[in-house]
Amino acid sequence: MVPLSYYLVLSGILFACGVAGFLIKRNIITIFMSIELMLNGVNLSFVAFAAQWHALSGQVFVFFVMVVAAAESAVGLAIVIAVYRTRGTLNVDQVDLLKL
Amino acid sequence: MTPNLHLWLIPVLPLVGAAINGLFGRRFSRQTVVAIALGFSGTAFAVALWVATQASFLPVLENLAPWIRAGDFQVDFAFYLDQLSLVMLLIVTGVGFLIHIYSVGYMWEEAGFYRFFAYLNLFMFFMLTLVLGSNYLVMFIGWEGVGLASYLLIGFWFTKDSAASAGKKAFIVNRIGDFGFLIALFLMIKHFGSLNFVQVFRIVSGLPAEVAGAGLLTSIGLLLMVGAAGKSAQIPLYVWLPDAMEGPTPVSALIHAATMVTAGVYMVARSHAIFDRAPQALMVVAIIGTLTALFAATIGICQTDIKKVLAYSTISQLGYMFMACGVAAYSAGIFHLMTHAFFKGLLFLAAGSVIHAVGGEQDMRRMGGLRHHIPWTFWTMTAGTFAIAGFPPFAGFFSKDAILWRAYSSPYGSWVYWAIGVFTAFLTSFYMFRLWFLTFFGEYRGEVATSHEDEHSHAGAPASHGHGGIHESPKIMLVPLVILAVLSVCGGWVGIERFDKFLSPTFHAGATGYSAEELSASTPAPQPKEQGGSEALFTGISVVAAALGLFLAWLLYYRRPQLPQEIAKALGGFYEAVVHKYYVDEIYAAVFVKPLIDGSTRVLWQGIDRDVIDATLDNSAEGAREVSDAVRHMQSGNLRSYAGWIAAGAAVLIAYMIWMGTR
Repeated sequence: MVPLSYYLVLSGILFACGVAGFLIKRNIITIFMSIELMLNGVNLSFVAFAAQWHALSGQVFVFFVMVVAAAESAVGLAIVIAVYRTRGTLNVDQVDLLKL
Repeated sequence: MTPNLHLWLIPVLPLVGAAINGLFGRRFSRQTVVAIALGFSGTAFAVALWVATQASFLPVLENLAPWIRAGDFQVDFAFYLDQLSLVMLLIVTGVGFLIHIYSVGYMWEEAGFYRFFAYLNLFMFFMLTLVLGSNYLVMFIGWEGVGLASYLLIGFWFTKDSAASAGKKAFIVNRIGDFGFLIALFLMIKHFGSLNFVQVFRIVSGLPAEVAGAGLLTSIGLLLMVGAAGKSAQIPLYVWLPDAMEGPTPVSALIHAATMVTAGVYMVARSHAIFDRAPQALMVVAIIGTLTALFAATIGICQTDIKKVLAYSTISQLGYMFMACGVAAYSAGIFHLMTHAFFKGLLFLAAGSVIHAVGGEQDMRRMGGLRHHIPWTFWTMTAGTFAIAGFPPFAGFFSKDAILWRAYSSPYGSWVYWAIGVFTAFLTSFYMFRLWFLTFFGEYRGEVATSHEDEHSHAGAPASHGHGGIHESPKIMLVPLVILAVLSVCGGWVGIERFDKFLSPTFHAGATGYSAEELSASTPAPQPKEQGGSEALFTGISVVAAALGLFLAWLLYYRRPQLPQEIAKALGGFYEAVVHKYYVDEIYAAVFVKPLIDGSTRVLWQGIDRDVIDATLDNSAEGAREVSDAVRHMQSGNLRSYAGWIAAGAAVLIAYMIWMGTR
């Protein structure tokens, strides 16, 4: 059996990749994908713990996260399209109107 | 059954006049303003006369409305009329009405004509409230109100800087006195639980001797005297009265000679039950009165402004009244108050007539020889001068003689008071005849009347004074002069004995609720000193003193006018000091005013207000602004920088939790 720590390290690596991508990338789609990566990193740790402790709640939580993530991507992609239509770009550094 | 005297009408009538003239007078013609002002003050006088005919019913208490109810303590709007307030009532309404008439002529050309009469009526209202109040608090309303009216009228020509400052000075100096008065009231509330005259005096006279002598009554008496010294211009608070001469002359006559400044005397006489049982306070009253009489008279000798001479003379005469009160001869003090209201009101009005005649000039050195030009003014002023100097049979002789005799013969009296009083009588006679000779005799020393245009504009005197040469005043000004002159001659014929008897219900028994036997039982009643022949001798001495003053004035200012300068030169520094009013104003400025201004400027304003209070607020506001200025750059609108902040925050949190976990 694969030890729990392997799953957790992989989960941490996935999450860190997501954070790094979020911070570094400028394209909104890529940022969006980075968010999904972070979510899935967390999901992995949920199911790993659930399997380790033979508890069902972790698995159920993951389903919730997937459902919310699906809804979020639907809304998020709609916003991305709206942003592209109005601004003509997907570069977040050029979408910075909300400031002092 | 006491008839309803409707006392409230007497003060309210002038108030209505003041309200109408003050609110709508601007649109009225001068005739309408005069009709309203004279109508209401005249009606008040008529009501007062009618009340006087009901004198057999005195004392009368008229309760109008409840005011303060706090536990057992209560103060009502109530009026109280006894013989003492009746005398004051008649003086205030009578002399006040005459001066109203005079003012019509004197102020006719003034721009603020309606304003002047509104103030004058307002003054009458407050003065009558003061006189009629049945408790100290109602009296205090009037007391403060006359101060307000006085301020408004001194500063009547408010565009003139000196008039505005004189008004302020009068008001501020009076505040010092009011402070004492107020503390006396608080003491009464604390210890007697009442401010009602009748109740307070009953409690005071019922106090056992060891309580009465233990300082409570003395402190109340002294504090009341502080108030009286402020209002009645006694040492050390007299400094405002000479400056108050910046006001129009009728104001000086009404407020600063006949009525308001005598409020302090009235108050002391009214509070006689307290003073009777506080001999130390009584002595202080007598000493202050005596010193003020002498001190002001010496200053009066060297003044050259005709109104200033009269102002110092007023202070001096008020000193006499306090001297009388201080030896427990209250009726003599009130008697002098009455005659003084006649002759000093007359003198001021006549001085106003002189000023009117010579085109706004007030300096006696530029008058002279006026007796042929303005005979009416001359003769009325002569009556006033002889009256104040104390020549029989003029009014001043009787009242001053009564005071001097009591100052010696009263149980509280002393020959020292008498001696200073007689010397002051000599000085009084001297400076008044000096004024008389300088103004009416010799050669006219002023400029030709046509060149007065610039002079009176800077003096702020009525604009009407510029026309023509030296001229007699209109009839409307002369009529009050003549009436007052007649009163100055005859006013004293009542005699102190009859006056004494008339006032005795107020000063001895009945009104204050304790009988004469109780009084004599509670206070030691030393036998009066020897009577009879010596009284005539004393009278003779004071008449001689007055005659001596006349002679000296005649010698110095009529016969040999160059002599005064030589005497002045011979006296040197002393003369200088007297001319500069003993430098009292300068001393007060250095000792009180300057430290106060410096302290307020350096400590309170620049130190506390600016460097502590303002600085705290300013710096905290500045700090908030600077912090915000630094922080606001975080909101850049850049999504990735926000994410960076979140990530950094999360990293810090995690680091913290790990650190906590490993500890």
